[in-house]
Amino acid sequence: MHPAPSVIIFSVLSGLGFGFMAYLALGFLSLTGLWAFGGWAIGYGLAVVGLLAATAHLGNPQRALLAFSQWRSSWLSREGWVAVLALLALAPIALGDWLGFGVPYVWRGLAAALALITVFCTAMIYCQIKAVPRWHHWLTPVVFMGFALAGGALLAMQATLAFVLLLGLAVVMLALFHLGDRQFARAGASMESATGLGGIGKVSVFEQPHTGGNYLLREMIFVVGRKHAMKLRLIAVLFAAVLPALMAAVGGVALMLAAVLVHLVGAFAARWLFFAEAEHVVGLYYGKR
Amino acid sequence: MTQPQIDTSPKVSDEIRQTTCYMCACRCGINVHLTSGKVTYIEGNRAHPINKGVLCAKGASGIRQVNAPSRLRAPLRRVGPRGSGAFEEISWEEALGIAVDWLAPLRDKAPEKLAFFTGRDQSQSLTSFWAQNYGTPNYAAHGGFCSVNMAAGGIYTVGGAFWEFGQPDWERTKLFIMFGVAEDHDSNPIKIGLGKLKARGAKVIGVNPIRSGYNAIADDWFGITPGADGLLILSLIHCLLEAGKIDLDYLARFTNAPLLVRSDEGAEKGLFLRNAEGKPVVVSNGALVPFDQAGVRPDLGATYEGHRTVFQHMAERYLSPDYAPEAIAARVGIDAARIRELAADLARVAFDEAIEIAQSWTDFRGETHDKMIGRPVSFHAMRGISAHSNGFQTARALHLLQVVLGTVETPGGYRFKPPYPKPAEAHPAPHCKVTPGKPLDGPHLGYPRGPEHLCLHDDGTPARIDKAFSWENPLSAHGVMHMVIANAHAGDPYKIDTLFLYMANMAWNSSMNTARMMEMLTDKGEDGEYIIPRIIYSDAYASEMVAYADLILPDTTYLERHDCISLLDRPISEPDAAGDSIRWPVVEPDREVRGFQSVLIDLGARLGLPGFVDAEGAALYRDYADYIVNHQRRPGVGPLMGFRGDDGTEEGRGAPNPEQLQRYIDNGAFYQAHVPEGAEFYKPWNKAYQDWAVKIGLYDAPQPYLFSIYSEPMRKFQLAAEGYGTRQPPEAARARLRQAMDPLPVWYAPFGDDVQGYPLHALTQRPMAMYHSWGSQNSWLRQIHGYNPLYVPTKIWNANDFKEGDWARVTSPSGEITVPVAHMAALNEHTVWTWNAIGKRKGAWGLDEDAPEATKGFLLNHLISELLPEKGDGMRWSNSDPVTGQAAWFDLRVKLEKVAAPDEAQPVFPALNLKEVQV
Amino acid sequence: MTCLPGATQKKLGLAIDLDTCVGCHACVTACKGWNDQGYGAPLSDQDAYGAEPSGTFLNRVHSYQVQPDQGAAQVINFPRSCLHCEDAPCVTVCPTGASYKRVEDGIVLVNEDACIGCGLCAWACPYGAREMDQDAGVMKKCTLCVDRIYNENLPEEDREPACVRTCPTGARHFGDFNDPDSKVSQLAAARGGFDLMPDMGTRPTNKYLPPRPKDKRAEASLLAPLLDIQATGFAGWLDRVLGRI
Repeated sequence: MHPAPSVIIFSVLSGLGFGFMAYLALGFLSLTGLWAFGGWAIGYGLAVVGLLAATAHLGNPQRALLAFSQWRSSWLSREGWVAVLALLALAPIALGDWLGFGVPYVWRGLAAALALITVFCTAMIYCQIKAVPRWHHWLTPVVFMGFALAGGALLAMQATLAFVLLLGLAVVMLALFHLGDRQFARAGASMESATGLGGIGKVSVFEQPHTGGNYLLREMIFVVGRKHAMKLRLIAVLFAAVLPALMAAVGGVALMLAAVLVHLVGAFAARWLFFAEAEHVVGLYYGKR
Repeated sequence: MTQPQIDTSPKVSDEIRQTTCYMCACRCGINVHLTSGKVTYIEGNRAHPINKGVLCAKGASGIRQVNAPSRLRAPLRRVGPRGSGAFEEISWEEALGIAVDWLAPLRDKAPEKLAFFTGRDQSQSLTSFWAQNYGTPNYAAHGGFCSVNMAAGGIYTVGGAFWEFGQPDWERTKLFIMFGVAEDHDSNPIKIGLGKLKARGAKVIGVNPIRSGYNAIADDWFGITPGADGLLILSLIHCLLEAGKIDLDYLARFTNAPLLVRSDEGAEKGLFLRNAEGKPVVVSNGALVPFDQAGVRPDLGATYEGHRTVFQHMAERYLSPDYAPEAIAARVGIDAARIRELAADLARVAFDEAIEIAQSWTDFRGETHDKMIGRPVSFHAMRGISAHSNGFQTARALHLLQVVLGTVETPGGYRFKPPYPKPAEAHPAPHCKVTPGKPLDGPHLGYPRGPEHLCLHDDGTPARIDKAFSWENPLSAHGVMHMVIANAHAGDPYKIDTLFLYMANMAWNSSMNTARMMEMLTDKGEDGEYIIPRIIYSDAYASEMVAYADLILPDTTYLERHDCISLLDRPISEPDAAGDSIRWPVVEPDREVRGFQSVLIDLGARLGLPGFVDAEGAALYRDYADYIVNHQRRPGVGPLMGFRGDDGTEEGRGAPNPEQLQRYIDNGAFYQAHVPEGAEFYKPWNKAYQDWAVKIGLYDAPQPYLFSIYSEPMRKFQLAAEGYGTRQPPEAARARLRQAMDPLPVWYAPFGDDVQGYPLHALTQRPMAMYHSWGSQNSWLRQIHGYNPLYVPTKIWNANDFKEGDWARVTSPSGEITVPVAHMAALNEHTVWTWNAIGKRKGAWGLDEDAPEATKGFLLNHLISELLPEKGDGMRWSNSDPVTGQAAWFDLRVKLEKVAAPDEAQPVFPALNLKEVQV
Repeated sequence: MTCLPGATQKKLGLAIDLDTCVGCHACVTACKGWNDQGYGAPLSDQDAYGAEPSGTFLNRVHSYQVQPDQGAAQVINFPRSCLHCEDAPCVTVCPTGASYKRVEDGIVLVNEDACIGCGLCAWACPYGAREMDQDAGVMKKCTLCVDRIYNENLPEEDREPACVRTCPTGARHFGDFNDPDSKVSQLAAARGGFDLMPDMGTRPTNKYLPPRPKDKRAEASLLAPLLDIQATGFAGWLDRVLGRI
């Protein structure tokens, strides 16, 4: 899949933002006054910038509101709803933290849950796609949630929790790499099954249907070199999880903030790979995967 | 939830105008939809006999031809050096004035100094008429570099060939065999036919080095080695003869198999034994009688005073063990067992699965037959066997195979389309006598019956610039267009003054040795003048050739013009109906362009050519439309057969009808005259057909004939080569003529095989979605085929350790290219190939200079020389069939090696600067 | 609406005959031609005369080579367009309801007025049936020529998809798979029409008719010579063959 910057920025930033705000909502970082304002601003900023980035991916963003209509069937629609509900639900908490009024714990819990469900919905947009076997795995939402929780914990200055979650993230990232590599084969998709011609023999491309480009080739068929991918995987796991975990283990606000930046670098690498390494079965028709 | 209400009955268009497609040579009927005066959609015309509503990828993209940015805007005069692309736009008046200034003095002094050649145009009856009245012998269309072997081989054997001449009986055939690359001629009718066969589950066999396209759906594929088709066919004939699986009755009645071949030494050895009236004789019931006499039952096995029948000569030759499958298998690249299986298949279907139609008919001897017996085996072949130096004889061999099976003009077999059948004798002979200021002494092109018909000067040198109808290629019925520029440049046989070309991209994909061709067009003599002093060119688009011309007469697109697809030329007949059609301007041009035919008629009038001006010298025709309606070739016979006569009810013959074009338009732009019942089969011998053909003006008298298993005209050339007769070939040509002009079909190795060290054959095919240079400027089609790889068979692919994206240097005896390669498994293991004419020169066709057509696309033409390598006989033989002069494109031999990918396909030519003359 | 209808009244679709398709691309440009001026936004092209031409097409023809264990390789041409699946994942993922499956005939359509161009439906489709138009920013796909098949401005015989009408070999058939007597149902039954990527669980409506077995070696007996020509000579052969007239 084409690693479109808009979607990578969206999912990384909004995931971190909602994860962070879940911690804020639950009071992990008891900020008040301007500190609270600043903290929540970062959370909202990450989430909103992410969501806005996502609209850059749209061909007709002016109709984006229509996306709220199909929550019954569409994870993207649900994500929209939940994101808005989460942002609304978090607002009184943020205001309360800033202006110093209390919000009931039930509300706080609900808002935190909505924030995390948003991330879950984002993950499900990808996880539901059967045509991209690497994504179509229960570990996809686990990894997304892992990023949100671990990154959020870092930003929420929860050193111990972050350490544990980041190590957990490392494990699920490695697990998704490992299992993801086998997903395409497990799905049973091959040029033979795509064309139905396997009964005759081994299928390969004689001639492509067009020498010119098209949307499918740009959007769905992205080939990343294996060596290149391996390097990036290492960077992703090291920067997103291992290094920040070590930094968290040492602790300290400055180091924790630095760890967030390191984590973001890894998260972007990981998310780039999440798209770039994902092979859509349509590639089979072009003899490419 | 409710789903959106959509309009499922939107208005389709304001108006449909029906005309004829021109995105290839197929000539399908199209419905052009217009909305607000603009073309918005093009689809096939369901009522049209050629395409019956369907349309190919090209036809359906026609809208992009009209809107192409490569279209020329106005007449152009060259102002920079040739090839520079520096032109100035001029008015039509000025352009025509220049042309007249060049052509008028030439006509009065030396009309042969004008060489007028047309490419893939469909108005040869007009262009040849013009050239004939101008008086130059140097006229032809592009058949010489296309498929003249197929056409002439068929005409000289059965009186017709494939495609326009005839086609399989798609409704009844049970076994269909395609030879050679056949995806272009013709296009939709064959696809429709294949579809019919597939729907019935009939068997399709492909004999082709490449298994793509039509061959991809063949039930059986014979991946033959290029150039060996003739050998395979003669081996099949061997098997059939050996088993006695031949149609003896058919051979005896309808072919020259029972004619007696003279065995007495001398000037008539090998000619037919004739009676006092000159009529060939056969033995019937022991007596010598004219072949066409009533009641004759020709004896195939007869011998008369030592003269044996053609049948015996034929059988003896092909029964030779030399033609046994086991003897030829290695050469053709097919197992002997499979060849024998194929022969058995042919015999089984032809004889065990014969069909009968309860329809009586009367033959030319007056004998009435109560039924029509069909041998439901049919064939198609085109350039794959045509474009070899043994192509003429191979085409003859294929017709011979059809004939021994008794499938020609019988139900389930091959059927002629009117005006065919038409044997060589019914065609004109070529003419070349020049008289300054006067027309030529007759039509340029024809079918020689012997050396007396060659176009030679008294000193024996060729009379034509292309050396057509000379000893180099005596039966060059379509001319030898690919030699025109090379010969004119060399001044051999003489120099010319003006080269006048229409729709022929001779500076690129229509020439062999393209780079050299461009040099020839720009070479200057010691006097500083171009060696070919003047070039006039007409094209609708900024093709490569435009850059090399001095005067450009911009043509319209096919939707903006009048045309007639005429029975005088290359009509759109079907086996059951003679047919012709028109084009008419369904939209008006939005620029200073004119249909070439109208321009030619205008030029004819300005030059005062007979046939174009009346006694007072006034123009006879306003434009081409006027000519189509009012020109009469013979009294009552004009370009169009339909709606003739004062009331428009006469068919074939009748006075010009001023309403004729409108009647055609009202009728979907075509007309059909239906073959009457009982005349559908056995046309060459069927009285009912012959009478009908006379009635509608196809013939002036019935002309039944026998199929020429043995070709007497060819034997006459052989006799000349043996030293008989007054017209004698040069010494160096004798051996070649003796071999090539064999009166019985023969196979010899293609001349291209003479070279050593080039193990691979290299071929081209036309992709079905692209037709030469007519498609690359089309924004839809170029997305499908924007560049072409060289397809390499598995063995060569592995031996060179090729990977996807690799490039190779491909070398022939005359050139070198570096091109991208791709793997193809279903390919003869000694053959590489690519799509034809996708490669474009930078700057041409309205494409950006970095267009893939120019950076990755390539031509094989760079590897093909118009001349064969020196043989040490003092001659430079052209790379052509020695019988017809057909360009031997497919004789090409190459070697290849893997190389690092260059930036661009090699060779790279400087970009043409044609930006200024387009859009 | 992005929920799929439980059942549709008709199941309109195509039966595509891989034994007959010669790969001519006629259906490709006929489709482009019709839909460029038909339902919804035109099918735009980018860099149409430049180095990297690209454009929206709703139908593409692939060409595969298939190498059996034994014998010659085959080439099989393979048109690919929307299969109008019964369980169309492209419909259920759509956040706006732009993608829907029609209750009356099962055609999967995009209501372009509601399409935000998120591309998710194209991701969800295993078959690459959807192409986002770069100019219009909306998703384009085969409409089964919904603006032809019911169009009262067209003669009845023309009320079929443009690709079917134009196909020179007749390799494309249009009809109602819900009707067991329809031509497409009959063809699919007789020729073993199959689904593409059945594992994807999409339940395509369109069926592909497989290529018939090729290059079968004849079991038929070979031609028996009339007699031993070497022994009898040509004269013997001639007597024998003519004696059979």
